[in-house]
Amino acid sequence: MSAPIMDPRIAPPFPAAALPILQNAQLRKNVAHATDVIQAKRNFLVSEKRDWQQLRTAAAAIRAHSLANLGTYLEQFEGRCTAAGGTVHWARDAAEARSIIIAILREENATEVIKIKTMTSAEIQLNPALEAAGIHAIETDLAELILQLGEDEGSHIVVPALHVNRRQVREIFARRMDLPELADDPEALTAAARAYLRRKFLSVPTAISGANFLIAENGSVAIVESEGNGRMCLTLPRTLITLAGIEKVVPRFQDLEVLLQVLARSATGERMNPYTSLWSGVTPGDGPQRFHVVLLDNGRSEILGRKVERQTLQCIRCAACLNTCPVYRQTGGHAYGSPYAGPIGAILTPQLEHMQHGQSLPYASSLCGACYEVCPVKINIPEVLIELRAQVVNQERAQAARWFDPMFLGMKAANFAFAGAGRFRIAQKLGRLGLRFFTGKDGWIHRLPSIGGRWTISRDLRAFPDQSFREWWSARETDRSKETK
Amino acid sequence: MRASLFITCYNDTLFPETGRAVVRILERLGVEIDFLPAQTCCGQMHANTGFRAEAFSQAKRFVQLYRDTECVVIPSTSCVAMIRDQYSGLFEELGNEDLRKHFAALLPRVYELSEFLTDKLNVEDVGAYFPHRVTYHASCHGLRGLHVGDRPFRLLSKVRGLELVPLANLERCCGFGGTFSVKNAEVSTAMLEAKLGDLLATGAEYCTALDNSCLMHLGGALHRQNRKLETIHLAGILASTKEQPDGATT
Repeated sequence: MSAPIMDPRIAPPFPAAALPILQNAQLRKNVAHATDVIQAKRNFLVSEKRDWQQLRTAAAAIRAHSLANLGTYLEQFEGRCTAAGGTVHWARDAAEARSIIIAILREENATEVIKIKTMTSAEIQLNPALEAAGIHAIETDLAELILQLGEDEGSHIVVPALHVNRRQVREIFARRMDLPELADDPEALTAAARAYLRRKFLSVPTAISGANFLIAENGSVAIVESEGNGRMCLTLPRTLITLAGIEKVVPRFQDLEVLLQVLARSATGERMNPYTSLWSGVTPGDGPQRFHVVLLDNGRSEILGRKVERQTLQCIRCAACLNTCPVYRQTGGHAYGSPYAGPIGAILTPQLEHMQHGQSLPYASSLCGACYEVCPVKINIPEVLIELRAQVVNQERAQAARWFDPMFLGMKAANFAFAGAGRFRIAQKLGRLGLRFFTGKDGWIHRLPSIGGRWTISRDLRAFPDQSFREWWSARETDRSKETK
Repeated sequence: MRASLFITCYNDTLFPETGRAVVRILERLGVEIDFLPAQTCCGQMHANTGFRAEAFSQAKRFVQLYRDTECVVIPSTSCVAMIRDQYSGLFEELGNEDLRKHFAALLPRVYELSEFLTDKLNVEDVGAYFPHRVTYHASCHGLRGLHVGDRPFRLLSKVRGLELVPLANLERCCGFGGTFSVKNAEVSTAMLEAKLGDLLATGAEYCTALDNSCLMHLGGALHRQNRKLETIHLAGILASTKEQPDGATT
C-alpha cells in the first residue's frame, strides 16, 4: 500500500479515503485490537476514580479559563520563559513556523535534527520542509520511528503506529536497520530501536519537541511520554526548539495536578505516565543551552473567536475519543487525511484549514456521542460537528452545483414537504407510489437508484405501508364519530 | 390524562404500526390521546445534516403546534434528543425570544415513550404478553442523549412470557446515524456488520429498541441476509397481549 495522504489540502474526502482501509482486514484487526486494549485499561482506571466526573469538570474549567484569558497567559508565559533564558517566537501560520524553525537550525549549522512528541510539526508539514532545506529529521518516539522507517503515516494521536502489528514492525526494522536475523518479540524490537536511536541521541546536537502544556506562571514546558526517548531529546542536545499551539497554555503549575491525572488515564489507561519532563528556559551546565519556543496560531485564534467551536481548543490530545469512536474503530486514522484523526480530528482539521479543506470530516460521524462521554475536558464534539456541518451547507448554498446534488435536493424537497400537513400527505402518497416500482414480490426494496442506492448497498428497505399512521388515525376518528351519531 | 402523540415523520410514513401500538398501550392505561394532524417533522434530519434554517422552520412549527398541549409523547429517542438538545440553541441563534420562552415552558412536558410510561404514568407493567426471546438495542440518543437508563429494561422485565437476552457491546453505535448511513454508506455498513455479529450471537428472535431508525437499518440488513432475527419497536412488544398478540404488526 502506498503511503497515506495526511495533508487535508490534498487528501481525498473521508468516504473515499475509508474505502481501501475497509478492504484491509489486517489493519482493521490491528486497530480494533489496540483500541479495545486501551479502552479496557482506561475504563478500569476511570471506574476506580470516584471523583472522575469532578475531575473532568475541573479539567474542563481549567482549559476553558485558559482559553478565555489566552492573551494574558501567553504573554505571561513569554515573559517568564524569556526571563529564564528561553527565546519565544510567534508564528502566525504554518509557513511562518517552518521558516522560524529552519532559520534557527541553519544558525546551528544543523544537517540533522532529532524530534519527539510533536504532532504540531505534522500539522505544519515540517519534515518535508526540513528535508528541502537539507536538514534530515529523525523521529525518536518509537512509534514515529516505525512509521518513518516504514514510510508510513501516523493513524492515532497517542499511539501513532497502532495500525502496525509487531510482525510488520520486525519487517520494517530488519529491512531498514539491516538486521535480517531480528526476532519479532517486543524485547528484540525495542532493543533494536534503542541501539539505533542511542547513536542519534549521542551525536545530533539539535532537537525539536512538541509540548503537552505551557505553564504561564513560571514559563515552564511539560511533556509526558512513556519511553524516555523524549527525555533524551529534551536533555542531551545543545539546542532545543519546542513547537506548541497557542492553546497549550495553562495558568499555574498546580493545574497539572488535575490535567495529568485525566490525561494519563484517558490516553494510555495508566494512573501516571512513566515520564513527565518539565523545564523552564535554560540552566547553565544542565541540558540544552539554547532553548526556543515557537508559539503557533495557524487558525487557532479564529477558532477561539467562535462561540460553539471554541471548545475544540480545550483538547489535551488524549485520544480517548478515537479509542471509543465506532467510526474510527472501522477506519483507523488514515481516512481522516490529517495528522489529527478521529472525532477530535473531524472537528479540528477543517477549522485549522479555515473550512476550505476537510469539509467531509464533520460528516465522518454517526453523532453517537461516545466521544463526548469520554472526553476528559468535556468537549461536546457532536455539537461542534453539527455546527461545522451547518457551515459546510452554507458553503454549498452558494454553489450552483448544489442543484445537481441529490442530497441537497432531497433536503430542500423534504423541507418543502414538512412545511405543511397537506404537502406532507401528498409527499407520503407520492413516495409510496414511486417506490412501488422498486418493490419486490416480498414487499421489500432491494435496489434503489441515486442516493437511495447508497442505502441499498447493504440494507433492504421495507416498502412504504399502504396506510400511513395519520391516515389510520383519521379513518379511526371518522368511524368513531359515525358510531356516536 | 390527555397526551398528544407526536408520531414523527418517519414513523408516520414507514412504521405506522408503531403509532398504532402506542395508541393501544396508552388507551389501555386510560390515557386520552390527541393527534394533531398539522404535525410533520421535528427537524432532526435537517439539523444534523447542517440545514439549520430548514431545521428552524420545523422546530418553530413544533413549538407553535404543541405549546398549549398538556404533554407530548414521542416514540423516538432521537427526535426527543433533537428537541431537548438543539431547539433552544436554534431559537437563541435566530434571536426568537418568544419561541424560546414558549419552548422553555413546553420542554418539561415532552416525553419519550419509555419516559412517559415510567416517569409520568409511573407504570412498569403495562399488561403486555410477548412470549419470545428478545434482545434490547440501546439507541445512542436514548443511551447518551436522553439517559433513558434502565427504563426500557424495567418495562421489558414486566412483559409476561418475554425472555430478555443481553446484547454485548450495548453502548456501541449500530452505524445508522441518519444521513451518515448514505453519506458514509460503506463505513456505516462496517459498523452495522459489527452490530449484527453481536445481535446474532444472542440467539434472540426479536431485537427491540426505542427508535425505529436504528431498527430500519438493522432490520434492512437482517432482511438482506435472510436472518431469522426480527426487529420490533418497544411499543410493539408493550402493545401485545394474550388477546391481541400481534401488537408488532397491526
